[in-house]
Amino acid sequence: MENMRDAFGKILTELAGQREDFVVLDADVAGGTGTYHFREAYPDRFIQCGIAEQNMFSMAAGLAESGIIPIVTCYAVFASMRALEQARNSIAYPEFNVKIAASHLGLDVGPDGATHQALEDIAIYRSIPRMSVVSPADPIELKAIMPYLLDNTGPLYLRTGRSPLPNVFDENTFFEHGKAHVLREGNDATIMAVGVMVHRALKAADHLAKEGISCRVLNMSWLKPMDESAVIKAAKETGAIITCEDHNKYGGLGGAVMEIVCENVPVPVERVAVNDIFGASGEPEDLAKEYGLLPEDIIKAVHRTLTRKK
Amino acid sequence: MSKYDELKNFAAELRKSIIIMNCHAGSGHPGGSLSCVEIISWLYCNEMNYCTENMNDPARDRFILSKGHSCLSLYAALAEKGFFSKEEFKTLRHAGGMLQGHPDRIKTPGVEFNSGSLGQGFSFAIGCALGAKRAGRKNRTYTLLGDGELNEGQIWEGCMFAAHHNLDNMVAIVDYNKFQSDDLNTNITALEPLNDKFKAFGWHVIEIDGHDFREIENAFGRARALAGKPTMIIAHTVKGKGISYMENVPKWHGSLCPTGKERECAMRECGCEDLI
Repeated sequence: MENMRDAFGKILTELAGQREDFVVLDADVAGGTGTYHFREAYPDRFIQCGIAEQNMFSMAAGLAESGIIPIVTCYAVFASMRALEQARNSIAYPEFNVKIAASHLGLDVGPDGATHQALEDIAIYRSIPRMSVVSPADPIELKAIMPYLLDNTGPLYLRTGRSPLPNVFDENTFFEHGKAHVLREGNDATIMAVGVMVHRALKAADHLAKEGISCRVLNMSWLKPMDESAVIKAAKETGAIITCEDHNKYGGLGGAVMEIVCENVPVPVERVAVNDIFGASGEPEDLAKEYGLLPEDIIKAVHRTLTRKK
Repeated sequence: MSKYDELKNFAAELRKSIIIMNCHAGSGHPGGSLSCVEIISWLYCNEMNYCTENMNDPARDRFILSKGHSCLSLYAALAEKGFFSKEEFKTLRHAGGMLQGHPDRIKTPGVEFNSGSLGQGFSFAIGCALGAKRAGRKNRTYTLLGDGELNEGQIWEGCMFAAHHNLDNMVAIVDYNKFQSDDLNTNITALEPLNDKFKAFGWHVIEIDGHDFREIENAFGRARALAGKPTMIIAHTVKGKGISYMENVPKWHGSLCPTGKERECAMRECGCEDLI
């Protein structure tokens, strides 16, 4: 179990030894995002921008123009709101090859409280044309994604997370990028989860299996473009979907899945998500309990969804 | 013909093109486009290294029009220098046209950045300058700011960054025409003492008459000679310069165009006989 930010910093450092085409930009939060690992190993490729996210985002576009790949790092709440218009107008609209890597996602931020908890970032970034959005479930997936992201040109929002996450994948997993990853097969319902909710979804599925309910579990790390065919297939084959995310219930994974399901093959969908309220201070697990993001909440949602299934 | 006479002729052509585009489009910020004509003329005629045949040459100098609403002046200069045909003027702000209401680097040859959201072009220019330094290239980056644009907090974030990183390969110019969208700067958010503000942020500051080519030449020469600091040229200009009834009249900032007698007068004053 490794925390995602340390994993992120170490992966960047390892990659920097293999390729010279990227630099890392930071807004005085290298300790928080984990990029201090990179800063120590590659100070010349680390650009300290100070607490000035708007300048950092537009400047990154200028660096990209020079042929360097900038990886812009800061907390998700600032990446998705304070510097959002810069992400849209300086990066996405002119289509610059900038990778925005945001840490501190959702309630998982914990004690720092509501100002630092990004519960809206998926909804926000998903609505920007040309922008891809990806949110790996554990350090192993993050490690697999990073080289792929650098090899593929275009603006992208990467959600890296903060807390220690149990490994969902083993080291030999093959990742088909842009695809929903099937973690469990099942017929009665499909649980789709993203980020910190993936390991909770697996626990819920294990428990449901003991009750005789067979759940497919999908890791939906690619939020945009979303693997529409996997969603449609799940709707057709299992007839019920439960989405799980540490994000506001509006506009996130649940909203995106509902769009696809409603347009193609309407089946019951339930969202396990934060119910349109601001978070509070507390340890991540305590907050997950208070706001209904634990495996038992997923289990209840599966039961509710199955009663609606035709 | 002297260098200055040639520049004056070039500037006159830009003014003509600005009015033509403005009338074709029926809208589009003539005031701030006319105030920066001499600065843009200098940049494209005498200052910058670029090649219309190889627009993506990494070694080219970059010009970023951070005050993107003044794109009529940029389009006029790009067309004059052969980046695209003046025929395109007719499509400005029209559906399917190449020339957008604010610059678009993907749609328009020669445009470096999708500016218009104020403050962002300046930061982009800083990124270009930093990128050139990191790549060991000698090319320079120029960016033109509006005085109203200086209200944006991002400008001051960028000022701190550029000075801290000693970006002596970039020059920013303030088109200081004293008006912003609604009114005089002094009635919106006063800027003075502007020179001292930039100096305090660590910039090399030069103040000039932004319509005088000798002063413009001198300022850019001094910027080029200076090491260790970015340069800010505060260019005092007249909004709507060259069209008598537009000069220093706030409404000509906005998205409108001359009609009827105004149009005839504008045509006459910029020496254009054959509009539309």
